[in-house]
Amino acid sequence: MAAQAWIIAALPLLAFLIIAAGARRSPLLSAWLTILAIGAAALVSLIVFGQVTGGTRVEQSYTWLPLGTGQPFLVGFQVDSLTATMLVVVSSVSLLVQIYSLGYMAGDPGFARYFAFMALFTFSMLGLVLANNLLALYIFWELVGLCSYLLIGHWHERPSAAAAAKKAFIVTRFGDFGFLAGILFLYWHANTLQISELAQKVAAGQIPESALTVGMLLIFCGAAGKSAQFPLHAWLPDAMEGPTPVSALIHAATMVAAGVYLMARTFPLLEHAPVAMGVVASIGGFTAIFAATMGLVSTDIKRVLAYSTMSQLGYMMMAIGLGAMAAGMFHLVNHAFFKAMLFLCAGSVIHLVDTNEMPEMGGLGKERPLTFLAMTVGALSLAGIVPLSGFWSKDEILGAAVGSPILFGAALLTVFLTAAYMFRVIYLTFAGPHRGQVHDHGEPTSMALPLVVLLVPTVASGLIGIPALGSPIAAFLEPGGAPAAFNPVVAAISLLVALAGIGTATVLYSGGKMDRSHALQTSLAPIHTLLVNRYYVDHVYNWIAGGVVLGIAWMADNFDKYVIDGMVNGVGELAVGTGGWLRRAQTGQVQAYAWTLLIGVVALAALALLPLGLR
Amino acid sequence: MNTALNLAIWLPLAGAVLIALLPSAERLARWIALVASGLVLGLAVGLALSFDRQAPAAQPQFITHLDWIRQLGASYFVGLDGLSLPLFVLNALLVFLAVLVSWKTQQRTRAYFALLLVVETAVAGVFSSWDLFLFFLFWELELAPMYLLIGIWGGERREYAAMKFILYTVGGSAFMLVGILLLYFNSPVKTFDMVAMGSQPYVGSLAGLIWLLVFVGFAVKVPIFPLHTWLPDAHTEAPTAISVLLAGILLKMGGYALLRVNFGLLPGATRQFATLLAVLAVVNIVYGALVAMRQSDLKRLIANSSISHMGYVILGASAAVAGGAAGAMAMQGAIFQMFSHGIITGLLFVMVGLVYDRAHTRQISALGGLAARMPFVAVGFVMAALASLGLPGMAGFAAEFLVFAGTFPVYGVATILAIGTIVLTAGYMLWLVERVFFGPQRPEWARLPDASRLEALTVAAFLIVIIGVGVYPRILGDILAPTAATLAARLAS
Amino acid sequence: MPIYPIALQHGLILGAALFSLGLAGALIKRNAIAILMAIELMLNGVNVTFVSFAQHMPGAPGQPPELTGQVFAIFVITVAAAEAAVGLAIVLASYRLRHTVQIDASSSLRG
Repeated sequence: MAAQAWIIAALPLLAFLIIAAGARRSPLLSAWLTILAIGAAALVSLIVFGQVTGGTRVEQSYTWLPLGTGQPFLVGFQVDSLTATMLVVVSSVSLLVQIYSLGYMAGDPGFARYFAFMALFTFSMLGLVLANNLLALYIFWELVGLCSYLLIGHWHERPSAAAAAKKAFIVTRFGDFGFLAGILFLYWHANTLQISELAQKVAAGQIPESALTVGMLLIFCGAAGKSAQFPLHAWLPDAMEGPTPVSALIHAATMVAAGVYLMARTFPLLEHAPVAMGVVASIGGFTAIFAATMGLVSTDIKRVLAYSTMSQLGYMMMAIGLGAMAAGMFHLVNHAFFKAMLFLCAGSVIHLVDTNEMPEMGGLGKERPLTFLAMTVGALSLAGIVPLSGFWSKDEILGAAVGSPILFGAALLTVFLTAAYMFRVIYLTFAGPHRGQVHDHGEPTSMALPLVVLLVPTVASGLIGIPALGSPIAAFLEPGGAPAAFNPVVAAISLLVALAGIGTATVLYSGGKMDRSHALQTSLAPIHTLLVNRYYVDHVYNWIAGGVVLGIAWMADNFDKYVIDGMVNGVGELAVGTGGWLRRAQTGQVQAYAWTLLIGVVALAALALLPLGLR
Repeated sequence: MNTALNLAIWLPLAGAVLIALLPSAERLARWIALVASGLVLGLAVGLALSFDRQAPAAQPQFITHLDWIRQLGASYFVGLDGLSLPLFVLNALLVFLAVLVSWKTQQRTRAYFALLLVVETAVAGVFSSWDLFLFFLFWELELAPMYLLIGIWGGERREYAAMKFILYTVGGSAFMLVGILLLYFNSPVKTFDMVAMGSQPYVGSLAGLIWLLVFVGFAVKVPIFPLHTWLPDAHTEAPTAISVLLAGILLKMGGYALLRVNFGLLPGATRQFATLLAVLAVVNIVYGALVAMRQSDLKRLIANSSISHMGYVILGASAAVAGGAAGAMAMQGAIFQMFSHGIITGLLFVMVGLVYDRAHTRQISALGGLAARMPFVAVGFVMAALASLGLPGMAGFAAEFLVFAGTFPVYGVATILAIGTIVLTAGYMLWLVERVFFGPQRPEWARLPDASRLEALTVAAFLIVIIGVGVYPRILGDILAPTAATLAARLAS
Repeated sequence: MPIYPIALQHGLILGAALFSLGLAGALIKRNAIAILMAIELMLNGVNVTFVSFAQHMPGAPGQPPELTGQVFAIFVITVAAAEAAVGLAIVLASYRLRHTVQIDASSSLRG
């Protein structure tokens, strides 16, 4: 089965094509086509995963574009431990999100379109994971970006959604600019884009370290854009304009993790470029804490989760930058499950109150006990409370960071902030009395089922990280690499810090009250303003895009209009003007012409005779 | 197959004559045009399929070589190679689609379709001529019908635009003619046969001057900064189908001629001027994108994006002088980009035409929220915009990737600037889509109909080609690669 | 009284004088009919020159004298007659249109 792993990606594509070709006229058929295709893909992924744990490895390449001289550009797929893991995560989360969407999107006028794009996204994401060379990876990379654009803009009549979609595409494309340059840079140093060949050449020392560093930093630009790392993070909070299941699948569980996956995929290259590793780790660590602080003050439930995603992605990046690739991927997998679940919970809450604003929620635990339970378990997992999945992977990362005090400090602070903002969400949403309107239309099974299913990995998927098992993850993902660094002291400290975070949230928000936090806000007004304005990064971007770029464009446009076209029209006017001046000789008097003729003849005759006369 | 090539060149002209001979056939004219251009498309595809991909690339295929003006050394010499074949097919395809696009034309239909067919013959002739004299004749043959098509069937400022178009191009042609004559009189062989001229590279002291003279003629057509300002006016004022042809194939005449004449006949001088070309290319790319960003007229924006995209062609071509793997790659990218840009910008103009036909305005600020009423048009427009900004899986990406990859080791800074511009492109394209199609539906556009079946079919045809070539670029790559490598190798030697 | 033979230059001087007078008339006169007459004068000046030259062309030995000049003069007279007819017709038409034969009244050739 692994040799035909391309089928996994092809199935959702087929669903997309059938919907586009005509099935879109029946929304329900479209939805079920998507679900069936992704379900089948998930099944095949599981089989492939099983084969891969048994040691199967596959790599296939095909000519994409022949060249006049030299090797053609190839595309192809591979199946190894990293790919197999991601295949399972992507297809299973996608399947659950599709089922959830059946209920969540019911009655939406763009129902069929929604499922078509979801199928297209799943295809692209699975293709990205399967790709065995940088070119193929880049192709799917852009396609997931496209799907993200289309799905954020699902409600395109809303100007904010349309703007957010555009912003997401352009900001990530800014990162992709670096990614593409990095691909070309590596290509001309290594003469191949096959990741396995690149890794061999790097291991053999055939690529100078300086070139590798530049190349990997450029590639990291792409990863930073996709994974919303500072300073290319600005699009992710706005991306919450999309439907909530989209946020769950694309902007939490899978696509935004693609940046982390890319760094893991190219880890054999990255680990030979220490400077690039340092940059990756620093940016990751910084983003982790930077995003978490913004999560503390946002009142939009989805935005809080988005900041949390950014922060956790920063965590994963930091892990990879510190050399703990397996730990980063472990966290990616755990995070995918529990963050998808958290978003789906948020969706079910939003479904209930028709707003994203937490100040208008409160007391929803009575209407949605299951959601309350799932969200609390998810929050505990995210905060890193033993024995939930987040605890194990987070502690592997913390263990890896021990050697670098600054990053370790940042990571610990992030743990505190994470616990605090997550329990702020829990309290504001579920505790206390209703603060706003509740429209309970009942929760369809299709929305409840995925929550239940996702609870299982949220609780259990981390258990594989129990130190007693040795480190099967590291052995699986990175054979020959260092085993996971589980450090009981670190684990205890982080657990205490997380509990402190939960305690802080409890002090401020218990019972769903907001008065104590308001008091705190007023006493720390400057900081609060800074955080609410997201450190003014968006202001800077708007100034660059709207002021600088459009300003230069304005100059270019006027140069075109007045200088270049001015010269062109000037030449035209010169010709017309000269003609106008010359035409005055045309009096219309035949006799005047005759006079001119006479003078001309005489002059010519004189000219002709002059030499004779001189002689 | 040689007959097929000649037939494909002359059939449209025969169709035009037929239309002219049937005095009261206003309705019949478009059917004649459709059949003629359809047959040409069939022939062109047939030629592409029977093109020998393994043959040595230096020689054209499907040759017809007849004596013509023996005293001058001019002959009727037509044939196709890997550089001209894709453009030849593109011409056939776009004219066919242009006939479909203008199916509803009411005003002076006979003259319109007859002129359209004359343009097709002229362009087909340009792309298949291997005799410089014949080439020049076909080149000039295209001007008059195009002038009339813009000047009669165009928009409000059509006369200004048509006049600007004709003055620019005729001005360019004057330089080109002087260049060609200088080349002819100083060449060691007194012939216009480009195979013979190219086989013994011209090394005279006048090479630089000749190169520049001919270059000016072609640069107007491409267009290359600062000779580009005819383009936004002409494209904006021309009727939809003519905009498609202008952007789709007439600009390619410039790029093609640059590669065929400047690069093919004067490789030494090309090496001298390569850096200049690269600089101009980057100016084109960045400047075109910046100017496009500020346009308030839908069509003008697309027209300026053409200037930017044609810059990639020039950039790839300029890097080809490096030879080797990079040069061949860059050259292949340049040719590929000509094809991609032709089909993608063609579609963009069709989509703009669809919007304009319904809303009767091209002012971006006046439009908005159209996606709700015209989902098909919106999807088509978004796809075209995505193709234009170089989304993988569509024709533009394969071309741009080749250009970037080939240029990177030769002109690093230029490549970085060019890659950076794809962010700008994404910016203005998506901003355009947002302003025209997204946002709340406006009451004044509440009654616009979506695309008709014929329009949908036309758009689908464009999309199939764009995605087909994008997903499986070997369709073109197999044809382009040997020719590109040969051209680049000769430049570097 | 000695008979002075008429030399070539006498004819030429007469022709030139007639031509110059005609030219002066054509340039100075404002009346269209007068101009036409002046042009006749110029043509006749040319005729005189032709005939004078013809008179002094002996022709090849054993051949009759050259008549080219005379033939030309006859041609010119014929053409001049036609020209006068056309010219007068134009003047008449112009007169009907403008009620004047003053030449400076018509300047429709002005660019």
